[in-house]
Amino acid sequence: MSSQDGNGTSKAGETGTWQVKSGLAQMLKGGVIMDVVTPEQAKIAQEAGACAVMALERVPADIRADGGVARMSDPDIITRIIETVTIPVMAKCRIGHFVESQVLQALGVDYIDESEVLTPADERHHVNKRDFNVPFVCGCRDLGEALRRIGEGAAMMRTKGEAGTGNIVEAVRHLRSVWDSIRKLQAMPEEQLMTEAKELGAPYELVRETRTLGRLPVVNFAAGGVATPADAALMMQLGADGVFVGSGIFKSSDPARMAHAIVQAVTHYQDPQILADISKGLGEAMRGLELSQIPEEELLAKRGW
Amino acid sequence: MKIGVLALQGDFAEHIDILTQLGADAVAVRLPDGLNGLEGLIIPGGESTAIARLLHRWELIEPIRTHVHDGMAVWGTCAGAILLANDPGDLDREGLRLMDITVERNAFGRQVDSFEADLSVPSFGGQEYHCVFIRAPVFSSIGPRADVLAQLDDGTVVAAKQGNMLATAFHPELTGDTRFHQLFLEMAAGNVVPIDIARGARPA
Repeated sequence: MSSQDGNGTSKAGETGTWQVKSGLAQMLKGGVIMDVVTPEQAKIAQEAGACAVMALERVPADIRADGGVARMSDPDIITRIIETVTIPVMAKCRIGHFVESQVLQALGVDYIDESEVLTPADERHHVNKRDFNVPFVCGCRDLGEALRRIGEGAAMMRTKGEAGTGNIVEAVRHLRSVWDSIRKLQAMPEEQLMTEAKELGAPYELVRETRTLGRLPVVNFAAGGVATPADAALMMQLGADGVFVGSGIFKSSDPARMAHAIVQAVTHYQDPQILADISKGLGEAMRGLELSQIPEEELLAKRGW
Repeated sequence: MKIGVLALQGDFAEHIDILTQLGADAVAVRLPDGLNGLEGLIIPGGESTAIARLLHRWELIEPIRTHVHDGMAVWGTCAGAILLANDPGDLDREGLRLMDITVERNAFGRQVDSFEADLSVPSFGGQEYHCVFIRAPVFSSIGPRADVLAQLDDGTVVAAKQGNMLATAFHPELTGDTRFHQLFLEMAAGNVVPIDIARGARPA
């Protein structure tokens, strides 16, 4: 399959292959990946049942509030988080900043998130993710963007939502958009695929593969606005394979309890009675932001193409 | 034949797809009630740390142990194998304590050390089994009640069997070769008497 080209071939004892990169994302499914900024937070996340942590300098809500240039985290903090937990550790690099990616790979992170939450380093090009043994996850708002990133070698996707808002509306929009386009592909006669690929701005072979599979060729998590167990279950019912929770945990009044409840919600997303029970007594969720109050130039999801 | 796949976290959907393709009635199991009437249960790949917490939270540990002692076959892949082990290494929760194996978690290193390999599985005959090891464990020691099914070239044990129980450190659910799933369905159909029961190790 075309998504496998250039990601290493499968020979005995070989590392960094497409199968091991996309396979780790498959192991994360049905789980919650939590943003953490300190080893102490990483410990709370692991204790609550997170399937991985995302090590970063500031959670998106603080990046949004503080302004300035947001970069890859301090390698010292990343190393301490790696030493603190046994679950996989992810870390973010700026869009197009392939040297930050090299540094993160050298530190031994398990996944790199080339993320619009950090300030982009390149306004036209993303990292060539096929150059790396460590797998990458990238953000998308629609199917075309997802398939462009997979074309560059991303082994996992996340719909972007709008990070740091505690508002699920953009996450819903992006996840619905991806699925709508996949359903459209499946309903389409084959002769329309090339035109569709052109209009999506996506590699033709990946468009064909997506149509055959009836889903993205890689695991897709939802991100950007999950603040409650019900938000997380909503993403799962809309077809996400798992969720990223950024500010939603450590900006709530009782992070350990909120983290635990969101983990249970992702497992039991189809059971309203369990969702009702686990949603009780969680304290205050993070304070949310109305999207219309955010100036256009401060929207993070628009970064990347 | 009704086979459950533990669906707390991990790649349970991949197992369900293969089981369905092989003609089994595959169901996702999230609560103890879901274990009733199963001839086999697969504990999938995923994060053993996360799955262990969910097993305790939803009070599945003792029900699974009871069903296995009563003849239900069980198979753990990667994280699942860690959870089946009597000694799950540095896992910070008690696992299922069912198989006479000792596990070392993340034995090959971090994700950049994850790899693919062709494995010789003597009981499958000549054709090698292509497998994927992702942040994989190894079985650092195998007790007298368990049998080695497959080893890497350096002798590291990566698959083991004990009566109605099977453990693989790798992921047969990712590679499209269904021989391990077929083996497991045979184990489930055979209602094999667990070795530890046969040898009188089970408490009366």
